[in-house]
Amino acid sequence: MNTLLTARKSDRVEFGSAGRVGPLVLKIVLLATLDAALLFAISVLLGRGNYGALALVAVGGLAINWVYLSKRTLPAKYLTPGLTFLAIFQVFIILYTVYIAFTNYSTGHILNKSQAIEALLSQSQSRVPDSAEYPVTIVEVGGDLGMLVTAPDGTAMLGTAADPLETVDASMSDGKAVSTEGATSLTFAEVLQRQEEIFALAVPVSDDPNDGSLRTLDGRNAYQYTSNLVYDEEADTLTNTDTGVVYTDGGHGAFVAEDGTEILPGWQVNVGFENFQRAFSEDSIRGPLVYVTAWTFVFAFLSMILTFGLGLFVALVLSHPRMRGLRFYRIIMVLPYAFPAFLGAMVWSGMLSTSFGFVNQVLLGGASIPWLTDPTLAKVAVLTVNLWLGFPYMFLVSMGALQSIPEEVTEAATTDGASPWQLFRRIKLPLLLVSMAPILISTFAFNFNNFNVIYLVTGGGPRDTSAGIPVGHTDILISMVYKVAFTGQQRDYGLASAFSIIIFVLVAVISIISFRRTRSLEDIH
Amino acid sequence: MTTIARTPRRVSTVGRFGRWFRTTGWRHVIAVVLCLFALLPITYVVSASLNPTGTLTGSNQLFKTVGLDSYQRLLTSDQFPFMTWFKNSLIVGLTTAVLSVFLGALAAYAFSRMRFSGRRTGLLTIVLIQMFPQLLAVVAIFLLLGQIGAIFPSIGLNTHAGLIMVYLGAALGVNTYLMYGFFNTVPVAIDEAAKIDGAGHARIFFRIILRLVAPILAVVALLSFIGSMNDFVIASVVLVDPEQQTLAVGLYRMVSNPNYADWSAFAAGAVMASVPVVVLFLFLQKYIVGGLTAGAVK
Repeated sequence: MNTLLTARKSDRVEFGSAGRVGPLVLKIVLLATLDAALLFAISVLLGRGNYGALALVAVGGLAINWVYLSKRTLPAKYLTPGLTFLAIFQVFIILYTVYIAFTNYSTGHILNKSQAIEALLSQSQSRVPDSAEYPVTIVEVGGDLGMLVTAPDGTAMLGTAADPLETVDASMSDGKAVSTEGATSLTFAEVLQRQEEIFALAVPVSDDPNDGSLRTLDGRNAYQYTSNLVYDEEADTLTNTDTGVVYTDGGHGAFVAEDGTEILPGWQVNVGFENFQRAFSEDSIRGPLVYVTAWTFVFAFLSMILTFGLGLFVALVLSHPRMRGLRFYRIIMVLPYAFPAFLGAMVWSGMLSTSFGFVNQVLLGGASIPWLTDPTLAKVAVLTVNLWLGFPYMFLVSMGALQSIPEEVTEAATTDGASPWQLFRRIKLPLLLVSMAPILISTFAFNFNNFNVIYLVTGGGPRDTSAGIPVGHTDILISMVYKVAFTGQQRDYGLASAFSIIIFVLVAVISIISFRRTRSLEDIH
Repeated sequence: MTTIARTPRRVSTVGRFGRWFRTTGWRHVIAVVLCLFALLPITYVVSASLNPTGTLTGSNQLFKTVGLDSYQRLLTSDQFPFMTWFKNSLIVGLTTAVLSVFLGALAAYAFSRMRFSGRRTGLLTIVLIQMFPQLLAVVAIFLLLGQIGAIFPSIGLNTHAGLIMVYLGAALGVNTYLMYGFFNTVPVAIDEAAKIDGAGHARIFFRIILRLVAPILAVVALLSFIGSMNDFVIASVVLVDPEQQTLAVGLYRMVSNPNYADWSAFAAGAVMASVPVVVLFLFLQKYIVGGLTAGAVK
């Protein structure tokens, strides 16, 4: 009795949370690590003057600390970890997409304005005709190549591609600086070995990009090189000193001459609705956008109908009380679903190859049907592949849905004299559609953005050569976004994001409609 | 009436076959045809992987020559670090699975066991957000990770940590509702008993609830693993370096032009990559199908 009591008591002590330090220590350590990382991020953002991001990080960090230090926020303690990721990588990225859609973010417009000016001035530099000679020692500073130069007045200066020249104390030999603290001088052999890197090295003379940079062609003497462009900060213009052409900020993120020629790199600017305007008014973009959108709907709808049709058909065929080998058939037919979808798509892509593929060579006895390169056949091909990938799933769920239809219902119908077809058409199918409606809708939504099947089978091809963007005849909206943003010579993030927003709107409309529909279906039954 | 009278007299084999064919026989014929359709690409890829020569044409005669040369060629290839891709896929897939389950379970516990203002709206919002898959914002993901990488290179572009973080952004949307339903089936009386014994909310969650909902944790983990394994878009944008890439991105690079690719090495890679997934899937089929009918789609 006595022992029992003490046992219970000690249990209670162990179970109570007040005396346990382990979790508390863990919590403090985790929170402190997070705070340290956030403070570091804040200091970096402060240094860059990126105050918008700084405010977000600071507010988010404070909120997390409050949640875990306050005693009144119990549900939030459980929700915060997931919500944090949701907020950044699901909600914020959507807002960020909207922001990008209103900029000219693309190849040639990635930098900000001061970076772009710096880049322009470091391009097309030529040697200043009367440049003084700077004896140079090639050094390595923290892994980067640098120059230790001796100015004509005898002072030693050190600089790298990233840091402009600064006066340093150096040990001299024959009036030439040869080594300095914090930098390792390269030997002659090393200079020979890395000559290409050394030829490419340009060390800025000062913070003002107009001053140009020092370059060397032999690793012994450096000369001053300046750009033939001069930046006038007051007027915000670039002048080409050779031709005298003046370039002004055209308002579209690049310097433009009076005759309209742009010089790149440019920089990012807000362009308002320009991307949307291009999408809807430029023929070479509007055309593809229209047929890609139409095909996206057709593809998603046909994929849904075909997979459901075949899956249900198989389920009906196999569901017979005296049917044997059901388990065997089931395992075989579920294989395409178990096989990783991306691999299935790639294997089909090889099998459908026109001149070497299995389908043409073996199944069709040496035919040369252009499955992947003819606009219509390519569409048939992606639908077939998607049918292969999708019917097992539909078979499994229809089988389950069929089994859940009560026996009495079918019996009653048979007694009333319903033919098998009537039984299916009037009794089973309507019941099935009600229970399958959410699955059909999510299948449609999934196929609406089924990137893998399109991109891994046909690559969206065959390519439409008349279009102004990289797009093909089997592309759906999401693969078009991907191709506009990440393939092709001109990566146009702004236009791709504008397309993304069009998809957002379409998806939102579909969800609202389908939500209403399912509700009305539920109301009926 | 007449038919019934006539049948016993025609007990020939043809008659018996005819009857069998009319009831279940034709069903077997259809089933076999569809099984062939289902098996075709899989048989083909297994055969191609065993074919030593390598080209697409050489793979057309099924099981003509059998050898493990292409497996060996792939595993020792300098150009295509297959084992590294495999390892990367496992690291990314398993970490994502474990963390997604954890984040989802935390949220489902709060939604199922606690009553707070905004609970219903919160659940509904999460379901709605799920309608907008992350890949729609792939451009923003790419640019955002680039900027994060400028501050913390270890979680930016071209890192597994960065990719996992992106996947975790989808963890709540996909899983919470599924898990919430399952959490609700665990009687609240169990929590209350533990509470009376002096257990705090954290102990109830970690020691009691998590063990009782283990089946749904397994299903969600598996679906999340398969999901990240199958992802091509985000992985191909985030992971630039071949040494960092996952199977989906790496294998795609191998056959980006099927006519000139080492097709049997690719097939060998496809077989090795799919065996674990297929085995796991067949093994856990019952649970997955249950989970699928609850609304998740591959």
